[in-house]
Amino acid sequence: MKFLSLLGISLLFIACSKDDDTPDPVNEEEVITTLKVTLTAEGVSNVMLESRDLDGDGPNEPVITVSGSLVANTNYTGAIILLNETEDPAEDITVEVEEEADEHQFFYTTGGALEITAMATNNDANGNPLGTAFSLVAGTASSGTLTFTLRHEPRKPNTGLSDAGGETDFTATFPITIE
Amino acid sequence: MRAYALVILLLSSILAISQDCNNTLSGTVIDLHDGSLLAGATLIVAGIEQAVETDLDGKYVITGLCNQTYAIQVYHPFCLTQGYKVEVSGDTQKIFRLEHHLEELNQVTVAGKAFTAKTKTLAESTISKEVLERFSSGSLGDALNSLSGVSSLNTGNTVVKPLINGLHSSRVVIINNGVRMEDQEWGSEHAPNVDVNSAANLSVIKGAGALQYGGDAVGGVIVAEAAKIPVKDTLYGKTILNGASNGRGASLTSQLTKSYQNGWYANIQGTLKRFGDFEAPDYVLSNTAIFERNAALRVGRNRFNYGIEGYYSLFKNEIGILRASHLGGAQDQIRAIESDQPLIINDFTYAIVAPRQDVTHHLARFKGFKRFDNFGKVSLQYDFQRNRRLEYDIRRGDDSNKASLDLALNTHTLMLDLDSDLSEKARFKTGIMGRYQKNFANPDTGVRRLIPDYTKYDLGVYGIVDYQFNDNLLLEVGGRLDYTYMDAFKFYRTSFWESRNYDTLFSEIVVEELSNQVLTNPQLTFVNPSATVGATYDLSEDYKLFFNYSLASRAPNPSELFSEGLHHSASRIELGDLAFNSEVGHKVALSFQRAHEAFSFTVNPYINSIQNFIVIEPTEIQQTVRGNFQVWEYRQTNAQLLGVDIDASYAFTKKLRLEHQFSLVKGYDSTKNEPLISIPATNTKNAVVYQNSEMNNLRLSLKSAYVFRQNEYPNTNFEVFIPEIQANKTIDLSTSPAAYHLLHFDSSIDIKVGTQATLVVGFGVTNIFNTTYRNYLNRLRYYADDLGRNFLLNLKFNY
Repeated sequence: MKFLSLLGISLLFIACSKDDDTPDPVNEEEVITTLKVTLTAEGVSNVMLESRDLDGDGPNEPVITVSGSLVANTNYTGAIILLNETEDPAEDITVEVEEEADEHQFFYTTGGALEITAMATNNDANGNPLGTAFSLVAGTASSGTLTFTLRHEPRKPNTGLSDAGGETDFTATFPITIE
Repeated sequence: MRAYALVILLLSSILAISQDCNNTLSGTVIDLHDGSLLAGATLIVAGIEQAVETDLDGKYVITGLCNQTYAIQVYHPFCLTQGYKVEVSGDTQKIFRLEHHLEELNQVTVAGKAFTAKTKTLAESTISKEVLERFSSGSLGDALNSLSGVSSLNTGNTVVKPLINGLHSSRVVIINNGVRMEDQEWGSEHAPNVDVNSAANLSVIKGAGALQYGGDAVGGVIVAEAAKIPVKDTLYGKTILNGASNGRGASLTSQLTKSYQNGWYANIQGTLKRFGDFEAPDYVLSNTAIFERNAALRVGRNRFNYGIEGYYSLFKNEIGILRASHLGGAQDQIRAIESDQPLIINDFTYAIVAPRQDVTHHLARFKGFKRFDNFGKVSLQYDFQRNRRLEYDIRRGDDSNKASLDLALNTHTLMLDLDSDLSEKARFKTGIMGRYQKNFANPDTGVRRLIPDYTKYDLGVYGIVDYQFNDNLLLEVGGRLDYTYMDAFKFYRTSFWESRNYDTLFSEIVVEELSNQVLTNPQLTFVNPSATVGATYDLSEDYKLFFNYSLASRAPNPSELFSEGLHHSASRIELGDLAFNSEVGHKVALSFQRAHEAFSFTVNPYINSIQNFIVIEPTEIQQTVRGNFQVWEYRQTNAQLLGVDIDASYAFTKKLRLEHQFSLVKGYDSTKNEPLISIPATNTKNAVVYQNSEMNNLRLSLKSAYVFRQNEYPNTNFEVFIPEIQANKTIDLSTSPAAYHLLHFDSSIDIKVGTQATLVVGFGVTNIFNTTYRNYLNRLRYYADDLGRNFLLNLKFNY
């Protein structure tokens, strides 16, 4: 008899506590979906590099686009923009990174035979490089890869990626040709 | 009953005239079942009508005895009064073992309840109060680790998750004070939310041995029981203060009990524990501090034929997670693994910063029982648990002080049980359980929910019969059926939803399609049967044989069903599967036991065959904007675990003892024909213990722990592209660390303070040689060494 009454109570639980409110979606606030690099130099056309991954750590891979080749023996000015495009309108993460300049740094790594040297041109408050703005020297005609890496909480100052430590917030590798 | 025993004693006593009557008879009175010391037991010596009572450590001394045989009656409020014949010859020592008669006298206490819920045909391993007190500054997992066949899956040294015969997490059920813990036990970095100081007794059943609380313990059951409270007018308490050099911290725990002859009682207990960064032999393990605060209150009345009890406990724990273990992607992981030392080592501090966990667990319980003549005992229990878990990651900008994970799990359980004696030889226990659980994942974290919002309903019915066939043979049969219904609201990434083909398989559960996410409403039903069949056979006075077969069925947990995304603390992407079925385990365990003063042992071989065993293993590499991540997918397979646990104790003399433990377990995925991951390495512990009850109970112990290298593990290595060197590198995640040997020292001595109070002073050193080692079952073994030497001071005050 008690069993039956308990069964009744349990069924009551099931009957009463059903609610139809659906939860709100969470739009990831810190995700960086997109890295846009603009390379400009006087007298030659701009080159745009973009890495875009709208599903974050979902199964789709980032989409890499390079608008064109660099011109040999040219000094380019580079600017980096980071976006979170899961939000509408897209959030400019570059602002956050620049606000916390002392906790961030961009690194530029070349691979293959690519004749490029790149250097940060903006600094944090302590005078250490941040690198959302940089200069890039395209040397002789060659091809290879150029990798941008954003580290969070790196050791500052450092001599490069190998001793910077910290965590990788963003990394993208672009196939580059100098003509 | 008591009067009857007394009459027999009086009739059988011999009045003798003796020449030398200055002998003392001393020893302890202990519980036959778990070996715990019984305070407040009365010993009456027939003939000379002398009566003494055991002190709080269960000790007694009777003086002025002659060289002759005495009849002694031992009485304890919770036990069957028993008469013994003791031959006194000089100063004599005798241990009295009392049979608890819990069915009649102690039903309302949690201990009694849990006891009767346990199977009788599986040899259980128990940690007594005295041993437990030595772990006062540690965790539940640390204490359990001292048993053979039990190891732990660690995240650093403060998140210690028990592993029974190679299985952990949802496969290990924890019963805390008669309540099944519902504390998000699914996560491998979620430690049990139980204060080790709130338990007077811990036992481990290596099988599905507590059908009353559930049939899903594929690995085993851990039962934490509160101290028994005597039915008499008394007030007593206990305070333990611990200090430790490693972590430069201390813990303080105190409890006070008041009880009355009329059955009313109250007990209050509290613990405060604070440690700073722990240290490996060569460096500080930065951000591994811990701050734990617990309190519990118990009030009730215990009478022969009815009883009631209310219990409330609060557990709050803040734990720092090794800073160097927090990584961006695979490239960071390779740097961290290749480095001999953690990449981040700061100065020692008590501060706890991200990554960290902040967990609060509330547990409230009301229970009562009533005994009906010719029917049995009926008990009703309601419990409520609230588990709030906050996990903080290293974040950027405005989010840096915001939790990345914020889950609140509320559970209500109602249980109605009947315990009845069918005949003098057979006992029957049955009951029904209803449970309602709701999980709420706070969306304000700004991070997609790791575990979705869900409500879950459980209904369970069980029945257990045990039958004392004859004096030597006990048979036991039990069965249980559980029905689980889960109603979840889960957001999937559209890309994942489609890549898994869920859009065609589960199209009917879609509630709403958003720009890049799909809201779904999975409604899952599981029906799980479980059973146990066993026998216990007394071969002779010393030898005993246990046989047990158990069938356990476990519904997949939310993590196994719904995971789809980056698990930050593991630095990997974890994917669950909506289509999972229940996991079904068949375990056969044998125990051969010898209980003898000089040489006792238990040999416990077992085989556990699990169908639809849920494993998580690496399947591919996924590119993300943070670099490559390894993808770990849950998969169902068939698994086989087999092993043996051996315990032995050999007494050279009454004061010097050798203790030995050996555990071996092998686990295989029988579908893929490869070893299972995270199976404990073979290990052996050997200790020499000197204990002298005549010298203030001085105890000295030297313990050696040897852990072999785990030589069977699946290959989970993977390759990752490193832009700096323009080449692939292999990340070695699978190779197990080398074997290691640790030596520990422990000692204690009792000091009488006044007439009532005792001070026990303990001193110990763990890892005496400051050995550098890494443990295969520590999830942070890739990044840092395990703990270095630690000096411990322990002061226990009984009053």
